[in-house]
Amino acid sequence: MSVIIILLTVSICIAGAFLLAFLWSVKDGQFDDIQSPAERILFNNKFNNEQ
Amino acid sequence: MSTNKNTIINNKACFHCGDDCPNDSVFIGENHFCCNGCKSVFEILNEHDLCTYYSLNSTPGIGQKNEIRKDKFQFLDNKDIQKKLIQFTNGKQTQLTLYLPQIHCSSCLWLLENIHLLNAGIQNANVNFSKKEIFIVFEEEKTTLREVVETLTKIGYEPHLSLNDVSTRQSNKTDRTRWYKIGLAGFCFGNIMMMSFADYLSFSNEVEPKIQLYFKGLSILLALPVLFYSASEFFVSAWNGIKNKYLNIDLPVALAIVITFVRSIYEISSRAGTGYLDSMSGIVFFMLIGRWLQSRTYQTISFDRDYKSFFPIALNVIKEGVITPTEISKVKINDIIQIHSNEIIPVDAILSKGGANIDYSFVSGESLPVQIKIGEMIYAGGKQLEGLLELIVVKEVSQSYLTNLWNNPIFNKKDSIKKSSYDTIGKYFTYVVLMLGLVAGIYWGFQGETKLMWNAITTVLIVACPCALLLSQNYTNGNILRIFGLNKFYLRSPEIIEKLSKINHIVLDKTGTLTQADSNSVRYTGKVLTEEVKSYISSLVKQSSHPASKLVAHFLNIINSEDITNFKETEGQGIEGWIHEHHIKLGSSKFIGGEYFANVEGSKVVFQMDDEIWGEFLITNKYRFGVTKLVQSLKQEYTLSLISGDNDTELRNVVDLLGKDSEVLFNQSPLEKLNYIKQLQSNHELRVMMVGDGLNDAGALKQSSIGLAVTDSGNNFTPSSDCIIEASKLTRLDTFLKFAKEGRKIILFSFTISAMYNVIGLYFAIQGVLSPVIAAILMPCSSITIILLTYGLTELAAYRFNLKEEITN
Repeated sequence: MSVIIILLTVSICIAGAFLLAFLWSVKDGQFDDIQSPAERILFNNKFNNEQ
Repeated sequence: MSTNKNTIINNKACFHCGDDCPNDSVFIGENHFCCNGCKSVFEILNEHDLCTYYSLNSTPGIGQKNEIRKDKFQFLDNKDIQKKLIQFTNGKQTQLTLYLPQIHCSSCLWLLENIHLLNAGIQNANVNFSKKEIFIVFEEEKTTLREVVETLTKIGYEPHLSLNDVSTRQSNKTDRTRWYKIGLAGFCFGNIMMMSFADYLSFSNEVEPKIQLYFKGLSILLALPVLFYSASEFFVSAWNGIKNKYLNIDLPVALAIVITFVRSIYEISSRAGTGYLDSMSGIVFFMLIGRWLQSRTYQTISFDRDYKSFFPIALNVIKEGVITPTEISKVKINDIIQIHSNEIIPVDAILSKGGANIDYSFVSGESLPVQIKIGEMIYAGGKQLEGLLELIVVKEVSQSYLTNLWNNPIFNKKDSIKKSSYDTIGKYFTYVVLMLGLVAGIYWGFQGETKLMWNAITTVLIVACPCALLLSQNYTNGNILRIFGLNKFYLRSPEIIEKLSKINHIVLDKTGTLTQADSNSVRYTGKVLTEEVKSYISSLVKQSSHPASKLVAHFLNIINSEDITNFKETEGQGIEGWIHEHHIKLGSSKFIGGEYFANVEGSKVVFQMDDEIWGEFLITNKYRFGVTKLVQSLKQEYTLSLISGDNDTELRNVVDLLGKDSEVLFNQSPLEKLNYIKQLQSNHELRVMMVGDGLNDAGALKQSSIGLAVTDSGNNFTPSSDCIIEASKLTRLDTFLKFAKEGRKIILFSFTISAMYNVIGLYFAIQGVLSPVIAAILMPCSSITIILLTYGLTELAAYRFNLKEEITN
């Protein structure tokens, strides 16, 4: 049964990685403005690509 | 055929802003424009291959009818002013954030983020749509702050530059801690629940003690960040409540969290049980989400504006013949200042040069512009309508007549801790629960079952945590705020919903609230005017700069002019002149010496030709569409009164509108308005809602239980208030109030449902046999029921009240 201990540790580590990814994205400001990216995604980025 | 075609063209909407084109003289190819301003924006965009702007949304532009003068932004070359607007600069690269109230659609976003094509010095532009802000990085070598602002203005996005907004913005950085707390709580909740699975399925006896220990240890470890970080705001708020000696709802919540944790630790360490750590972290998780939903107040809207954001940043001061832009706070008494068309005069000053037509509607509520002679006083807050003025400053900005209102103690009063009635419900709830726990404890104590006694006391507290109450309140309010927002009705905080449902008296302002601020309607009564006579009148009134003359000229809308001889204007009285051997006189009844209809009140211009009175032009306020219906509807549930800073020429119309039993007051100063509200509150114990728009209402808005500010989309200033409503939606105010009342019912209903869950839990708890399984089932069940229930019911109510139109459109 001790395999469960290993499995559980691994699973929590993976979940922890997701948590870190989430915290990182928050820190990066991805959740500061939820509205503009939703509008922006629809544009044909003709100009921005040229840069 | 040709006339038919003409009407079609005249009904054409402007390709840029969508307004009706007054004539078909302005066009490029097939695209018609309402004015040259719109046309020139189109030209600029066309030239730079930016016409995607028009294909993303139809008529995305902003009307450009008011021309912006060339050196308007000269003050931005001043280093001191620059420093206050710029966030960061290293001499080469400069960063700043500008507030653009015009941002409204994806076209705006697209265009503004491609602004570098119009001004090569701009390296990066990033729009924050919900805050209506643009973050710009530009190179000092290639461009200047002034050029950046001018580029934006050129395409119709004139930044709202105000020192007040800038200073508040910098201190108000986005708060991300709530996201961290929710993320962490969610993570811990999920994992603790996973490890508690064995307990739910009663496997715990079969699980090896070693693994059991590992599970429990890890659960405790995961529960720690929830307790100390995620739940910290409940403890802080509870402690503040204790310090201020009042019981707030967070106190029992904090108590329940702590007791659950302590008891779980005790159970686990003594191997007596498995604890309730999963329930604890779950409830914290759900409550944080609820709080987040509720606190998503509208970032675009600043509810705490004062006169400073209404005033310009700088003024043109003339010193020894040289014009120097000077920061507004540095303008001194006896300085000579220059004011252009459509600019606001921020100081009390004496007119020394130019013809002044001052619009005071926003400051005093007067609906007609006032003509001011040289040597007369102009008060701060007035807006010059047309022409260049020179003024001598009499009082500095901070000392002016207008800003004095802000010295009233009401503006310095800190908001006292607001108790909401859920807190009273919560309080009783807490008392009842504490009593239950105590009774159960004493009962088991007398039975000699000490272990059961502690069991009962703690589990009663755990189960009875008023989380459900908090959840139903947060989720309902959150959704109501969202629906209000979609309907352009914005509340400062969720507590306002409850206050809205409790008011019983509404005070209305006239100018700008019931009427449209800058539009008066002109009506002619009398002998029928032939085209010829019309053109005579039009030619005559065009010679005068009196506001009434301008309104009449606009009403007649005739371009051609006739020659006038012997034109004479009697200041403030009327005008006369000879056209084609006809003696024409226009003016007040006193000037003419008679009138057409003696019994019609209001502002009027009597028209006389060759000693015969033909008729008169009546100037009345234009009431907003649907106001009559709104007032009728409000009268059924509330008592109303009207208070206006304007003169009483509209008295009859207003009484017709409000009915005889409502109080109507005219000629009220800002302070009188404030005192009127105070008097209503103290003498009649009314819960008053004040609806106003201008700076003159600021005091009354602050004093009333709820201050509702009406804003026209073009006007980006609103006085400090509790809620803001877009003028076009004002007529739905009655529905909004009903919806707020409905919200209260929903909260009470969902609370009753969750109380039933609590009763089930208590049934087990009092007997001292609440197992983690029951707790683990009850907790998410009641939370999810409440979330679905409150969401479903508020949506249903919104459909019933027709508040969902915005979304489907």
